[in-house]
Amino acid sequence: MPAHARPNQLFRNLSAKIASIPMILTALVVFVGGTGWTIVYSFTNSKLLPRLNFVGLDQYDRLWSTSKWIISLQNLLIYGVCMLVLSLVIGFVLAALLDQKIRFENTFRTIFLYPFALSFIVTGLVWQWILNPDFGIQSIVRGLGWESFNFDPLYNADIVIFGILIAGLWQSSGLIMCIMLAGLRGIDEEIWKAARIDGIPTWKTYLFIVIPMMRPVFITALVLISTGIVRVYDLVVAQTGGGPGIASEVPAKYVYDSMFLAQNLGQGFAASTMMLLAVIIVIVPWAYLEFGGRKRHG
Amino acid sequence: MADTGAINDTGIAAEAASEAMVGPRGARPRRMLSRRNIFLYGTLIVVAVYYLLPLYVMIVTSVKGMPEIRMGNIFAPPVEITFEPWVKAWATACTGLNCDGLSRGFWNSVRITIPSVLLSIAIASLNGYALAHWRFKGANTFFTILIVGAFIPYQVMLYPLVIILREMGIYGTLTGLVLVHTIFGMPILTLLFRNYFTSVPEELFKAARVDGAGFWAIYFKIMLPMSLPIFVVAMIIQVTGIWNDFLFGVVYTKPDTYPMTVQLNNIVNSVQGVKEYNVNMAATIITGLVPLIVYFASGKLFVRGIAAGAVKG
Repeated sequence: MPAHARPNQLFRNLSAKIASIPMILTALVVFVGGTGWTIVYSFTNSKLLPRLNFVGLDQYDRLWSTSKWIISLQNLLIYGVCMLVLSLVIGFVLAALLDQKIRFENTFRTIFLYPFALSFIVTGLVWQWILNPDFGIQSIVRGLGWESFNFDPLYNADIVIFGILIAGLWQSSGLIMCIMLAGLRGIDEEIWKAARIDGIPTWKTYLFIVIPMMRPVFITALVLISTGIVRVYDLVVAQTGGGPGIASEVPAKYVYDSMFLAQNLGQGFAASTMMLLAVIIVIVPWAYLEFGGRKRHG
Repeated sequence: MADTGAINDTGIAAEAASEAMVGPRGARPRRMLSRRNIFLYGTLIVVAVYYLLPLYVMIVTSVKGMPEIRMGNIFAPPVEITFEPWVKAWATACTGLNCDGLSRGFWNSVRITIPSVLLSIAIASLNGYALAHWRFKGANTFFTILIVGAFIPYQVMLYPLVIILREMGIYGTLTGLVLVHTIFGMPILTLLFRNYFTSVPEELFKAARVDGAGFWAIYFKIMLPMSLPIFVVAMIIQVTGIWNDFLFGVVYTKPDTYPMTVQLNNIVNSVQGVKEYNVNMAATIITGLVPLIVYFASGKLFVRGIAAGAVKG
C-alpha cells in the first residue's frame, strides 16, 4: 500500500502492527483456525477427546438419522420463518406508528426496546412463568369462566416452539423497530409531500415507495434476525430445557449437548459444521447484494 | 413498580391529549386527524402494555408470598408485600449443593464483566485506530476476516477455544472467560472504532504527525480525549452483552465461577425441591437489573450503540 517503499518493510508502522497482534491472532487462530479445526475433526470419530481418526461422513450420516437433530432443524425452520416475518412486520409497523410525529415518542420507544436489554435467560424464565398453565394465562382465562380454555404451549409438544417464539419476539422486536425507525427517518420529507400532492394513500406510499427505498435497512434487519435465529440457545434452555421430551430442541443446543454432556465430540463438530453451512447459505446472497449495491454507487 | 406507574400515567396523559383534540368539531379537518390519533395512541398503548406486562408480572410475583401465588392470579397486585423472596434469592437460594444464593453469581459476573469490558475496548479501540490511520499491509485482510468471523456461529469455535484455553492453563477460570469475551467482542467493537476514527479529520492527524507525535502519542493525547462518547457506546454494548451472556459462561467456567445468568438458570430450573415462584422471579429481576439500569441510564446512547451494531459491513 505505501507507494514509497523503504528497505525495512517489516518494521514500518511497527507500533500499529504490535497493537494489532490481538486482532491478527483472533482472526487467524480463532476464526480461521478454529473453524477449520472443527470442520476437519467433524470427519473423525472423536468421542471424549478429539482424535484424528478419520471415518469419512459417518458423523454426518448419524447426524441426519438422529431424530433429535431432525426435530431441532424443524424447530429452527418454524421458529426462523415466523421470527423473520413477524419481526419485520411488527418492527416496521411499530416504527411507522412512532414516526407519525407523536407525543411521548421517547417513552414508547423506551418501552418497546427495554426487553432487548434483558438476557435470553431472563426472557425465557419470565415467559415460562407467564405461560405456566397452572398459574399463568391459561388459569386466568379459566378463572374468568371459560373452563375449557387451553393454552399451555410449553407443555404441548406440538406448539412448544410457538411458546418460545412469543418470548423471542418480545425480546428482540424492539431492536428491529429501532433500526426501521432510523430507516424511516432517513426518507426525505419531500417524498412524502410529493406522494401527498399526487393523492397517493398513505399505505400505498409505504408499500410502494418507502419500503422499496428502505431496502438496505431491510437487508440489515434480515441479517441481524437470521444470525440471531441460528444462535438461539439460551432462550430454549431457560424456557423449556428442550422439552417436553425433545420437542423444542434447537441445533445450537444439539451441539452443546453432544460436546459437553454426551461426550460425543464428533457429533457436535458435524452438527456445528452444518450450522456454519446454514449461515453461509444466508450470508453469501446478502454479501453479494451488498457488494453489488456498492458497485453500482461507484 | 414506580416505572410501570409512571408509564401508565403518560399513557393516560396521551389518551387525554387525544381526547382533548376531539373537542373542536365542525368542518375543520381536525376531526379526521383526531380519529387517527385515537387509533394511533390506542394501538401504541395496547402494545406498550403488552411489552410491560412481563416486567410487571415479574415484580408483582417477586413480592408475593407463596400461599398468595397459589391462590391468586399472576396479574393481581400483591395483597401483602414481602421482600423475603428477594433476600432468599440473593442469599440462600440453592443450586445443587451451594446454598448461598445469587450473590456468588453476581460477584462472579462483576469480576467477569469489568475486566472483559476494559480489555475488549482497549484492544478494539487500538485495532480501530490502527485500521483508520496506520494501515499496514494486510491490515484490511485481517479486518475482513474479523467481520466475516462475526457471522460464524459460536458453536463452531467453542471446542477449539476449549483446547486453546486448556493449553494456556486458564480453562475454567475467570481469566479464560475474560479472554473469550474479548475475542468475541472484537469484531463489532473494532468496526465501531474504525468507523469512528475514520471520521476524524485527516488534517488533525497530519498536524500531530508533523509535530512529531507517534502512534501511541496520537492515540492517547488526541484520539482518546476526543472520542469519549464512542467509548461510552462501546461500554454499553459490552456491559449488557457480557452480563447477559450464557453460552460462554456455561462452557468456559466451573460451578464455582459460574456467572449470574448460568446460576439463575440453575436456581430456577432445578428439578429438586418445591418450586418457589416468588424466589425465582426475584432472582430473575435481580439478574436483569444491571442491564436494565444501564439501559434506562444510557437512554439515547443505547440506541446509538444498537445503530452502530446494526450497520455491519
